[in-house]
Amino acid sequence: MATVVNRVGDDISTDVIYPGRYMATVLPSETPQYAFADDASFNGMLKAGHVSKGSVLVAGSNFGCGSSREQAVSAIKGHELVIVAKSVARIFLQNAVNLGLRIVICPTIVANEGDELEISETQVVNLRSNTRFPVVPLPKARQAIVDAGGVIAYTRERLLASKGHMDRR
Amino acid sequence: MGMTVAEKILARASGLPAVTAGDVVEPAVDLAMSHENAALVVNQFLEIYEGTLLSPKIWNPDRVAVIFDHRVPAESPKTASNQKKVREFVAAQLVRKFHDIRGDVGGICHQILPENGYVRPGAVVVGTDSHTTSHGALGAFAFGIGATEMASVWALGAVLNVEVPGTIKVVVKGRFQKHVSAKDLILHLIGRLTAQGANFKVLEFHGDTIRRMPTSGRLVLCNMSVEAGATAGIVPADEETLRYLRDEAGVTDAVTPVVPDPDARYERVIEVNVAKLEPQIACPHTVDNVKSIDQVMGRAINQVVIGSCTNGRLDDLAVAAKIMKGRKVAASTRMLIFPASARIFQQALAKGYVKTFMEAGAVVMNSGCGPCLGVHEGALGDGEVALSTTNRNFKGRMGNPKSEVYLCSPAVAAASALVGAITDPRLGGN
Repeated sequence: MATVVNRVGDDISTDVIYPGRYMATVLPSETPQYAFADDASFNGMLKAGHVSKGSVLVAGSNFGCGSSREQAVSAIKGHELVIVAKSVARIFLQNAVNLGLRIVICPTIVANEGDELEISETQVVNLRSNTRFPVVPLPKARQAIVDAGGVIAYTRERLLASKGHMDRR
Repeated sequence: MGMTVAEKILARASGLPAVTAGDVVEPAVDLAMSHENAALVVNQFLEIYEGTLLSPKIWNPDRVAVIFDHRVPAESPKTASNQKKVREFVAAQLVRKFHDIRGDVGGICHQILPENGYVRPGAVVVGTDSHTTSHGALGAFAFGIGATEMASVWALGAVLNVEVPGTIKVVVKGRFQKHVSAKDLILHLIGRLTAQGANFKVLEFHGDTIRRMPTSGRLVLCNMSVEAGATAGIVPADEETLRYLRDEAGVTDAVTPVVPDPDARYERVIEVNVAKLEPQIACPHTVDNVKSIDQVMGRAINQVVIGSCTNGRLDDLAVAAKIMKGRKVAASTRMLIFPASARIFQQALAKGYVKTFMEAGAVVMNSGCGPCLGVHEGALGDGEVALSTTNRNFKGRMGNPKSEVYLCSPAVAAASALVGAITDPRLGGN
């Protein structure tokens, strides 16, 4: 069970998630402080540690549109938020898979701040309204990377396999 | 069954006789581009190699390009240190397609790649920048990826698990009215498709309007295809592509265009006739909030920007200079102009455009992304309004969430700067 901590609309861009003026900050250990930096109240909650891990951000369609900046993903990932969105822009989705940010694509989701959700691979259940919403599986191309635990681990495996050097230590 | 341009390119790059939309492939990469965010790519690249006993080595340094453009010259010690780290890394890895902060060979990545002949028709190009779609203007399959994915490309020379996208065919007919251009066409299309209408799709551009359009205009179309969510925009290479590569990019070796099969399968066909197209404006705060100019005329503006990877090319500056020659930027308005590359800056100097701009009161800045992404210059004050030839108007885009950004063509930007309000360039004397 997970609590919805915030609900945002359609076309939330990476400029909103991680404003360009913080782009010189790249390390995943440093980016979370700037998550939704222009939304003083949500950013404040996140920075103050008032949002527990596994909490849900519910979004409309085309979440993460715009710039390819990966900080937008690492900033959210740093707070261990789960995104439940009606749809997600391509590069953001790819970055999320690559970094292991959990994204649930749920085209019909209706949920408000404070609602409790039960999320499985096939559906999201809103326990307040007692309504079920089907989940769209990730594009099949990305599942192998999810299964490997992200693109760094996946690439490392591939590199070692291709060099015939299986000593992982 | 026939293939689209994207399918043909991905089949070739994946070593397959044919692919079709929905297939999962692993295309070899012909060019992998990064800008300052190479600092993050370097981190992730080194992490891939941790514990492997292999030494971190880019698979083929001749296929990697690094261009500093987002924050040039550096606005902070942090940026300068990131740039220093990347500079040292590319030197050690023997990356020769490196464009540092320079007045001879520097500029914006999406201009540096075409003007140096780094992109060829049929190539697979990836870049850690969403506007990498630009390079489809030369008949390549070019798309944006994240920094960690780029680290994987540096290691393996291929993009992992790419799902072949379906293609939307866009057929454009008719001749533009005076002062209406490629920017108005793409804004119109984005308004029709919406910001997500082409998500995970390719826009493949056809029609007599496209055939007549110079590469500079095609770059605008492909650049902003991503604003409709598209994975890539592609103009199939033709005589104009070969002319551009030969005459402007100095390419001397043989170039083979990739064209779609006559029986290629498209998910949708969209037709546009531009003969009656009016100048288009994308209003705050989404790129698909597009209106004809008559609906927003007279809106007072505090700052006009001409430049960026979308509209900072010589043709764009020529249009603006013609409108502005002998006239003055309104006292209530600041005007900033950023040529897309140092080469374009020098050409603009030689043609007298820079003199025209400065005499009009515009500030001509060094080549780079400038205020487009709100990092280090040209920020807006609270409540201020900008009119810009750039590609995004999201809330906070120019550095201040309490400001507004309208997007337009160079002709609209120039005419409006003279008045201090959004103005239809067709009404002016020039």
